[in-house]
Amino acid sequence: MTTSTNALWLIVIAGGVGTFALRASFIVVVGRVDEIPPRAERALEFVPAAVLAALVVPAIVVVEPTNAALPAIEYSPKLPAAALAAVVAWKTKNVPATIAVGMVALWTLQAL
Amino acid sequence: MFVSARADAVDGVRAISPFLLGIVPFGLVYGVTAVDQGLPPTIVAAMSALVFAGAAQLAAVDLVARGAPAVVVLTTILVVNLRYPMYAASIAPHFRAFSSRWRALCAYLMTDQAYAVALTEYRERDPSPARRKWYYLGAAGTLWVAWQASTITGVLVGAQVPPGLSLEFAIPLTFLALLVPNVTGRSSALAAGIGGVGTVLGTNLPYDVSLVVAALVGVLAATALDGVLEPATDGEETVGSDEAEAIGGDHDAAADGDDADEGAGSNAGGRS
Repeated sequence: MTTSTNALWLIVIAGGVGTFALRASFIVVVGRVDEIPPRAERALEFVPAAVLAALVVPAIVVVEPTNAALPAIEYSPKLPAAALAAVVAWKTKNVPATIAVGMVALWTLQAL
Repeated sequence: MFVSARADAVDGVRAISPFLLGIVPFGLVYGVTAVDQGLPPTIVAAMSALVFAGAAQLAAVDLVARGAPAVVVLTTILVVNLRYPMYAASIAPHFRAFSSRWRALCAYLMTDQAYAVALTEYRERDPSPARRKWYYLGAAGTLWVAWQASTITGVLVGAQVPPGLSLEFAIPLTFLALLVPNVTGRSSALAAGIGGVGTVLGTNLPYDVSLVVAALVGVLAATALDGVLEPATDGEETVGSDEAEAIGGDHDAAADGDDADEGAGSNAGGRS
């Protein structure tokens, strides 16, 4: 971690103000908007899926930095551990269970 | 008057309480991993108080640990929280009778869970403005307290956790658990596919912009191709069923009728 304390405070404060602005948007400022356009609403529904996947995949797939345009992918025990956790997530929709299974799977694979 | 307000708030507390089972471990994971990744405890706690959004906070910790620039971290926090304007637009008519200070407080306390529980109650019972307010504050306030307390506990515990346990892996696992119920059809699967694969393919791009770019491309592609991927047999779909889906917390309400979220949602309205 190389981020300075000042930069961290900037992230926390600006992130807090920005998030409040998003939450307050229609509640405080507009206050009387009944509907947002259906297409915009549909687009917003896709945001969690796209963002969460963008956070998950790079943390699981270990990439080897190369000079080529595309990176090379290498094997990591995180891959099968995450695959197992995905099945648990799909079957149970339970966050603690997913974390528990994924962590135990990773520790087991690392110990082998 | 006061007695009634308290009863309304208690109803809200009861409705939200099943969610604490998920929130408390989530807060612990956030606190533990953030400290484990080297963030100062005050920053970790301050982020819970100011940002108060679990997925965004975990994403921020993840990016900071990877050395991403502040602008990228900030943008990611805001992109992850883009669902809030949708909630705000949906619940705003129910808050119209509140003073602007109360509305600001309600907005600050907005979460996926508080939104789901409150909107279910409002829709099923059409309560008075006073009950709406106290019910919401009971539900949303409980979640706030649980989040702050579990975060601080995580920070304290995190300092004691020995290194080398690969605890950072808990972060993608948490996101994975949140991701799966958000993939409800071909369009959202496309959004997730482009977001995930695109971010990895863009790894060689300047630091971590690939995340924001890939996510936005995924959302735009899914929106553009939605009509092809999920042909609208729902042209006649009523507002009611659209909203039922939203209450399910972004996932398919019909398919998940038995999960914890839905259970809590129906508790909110079903109790007398």
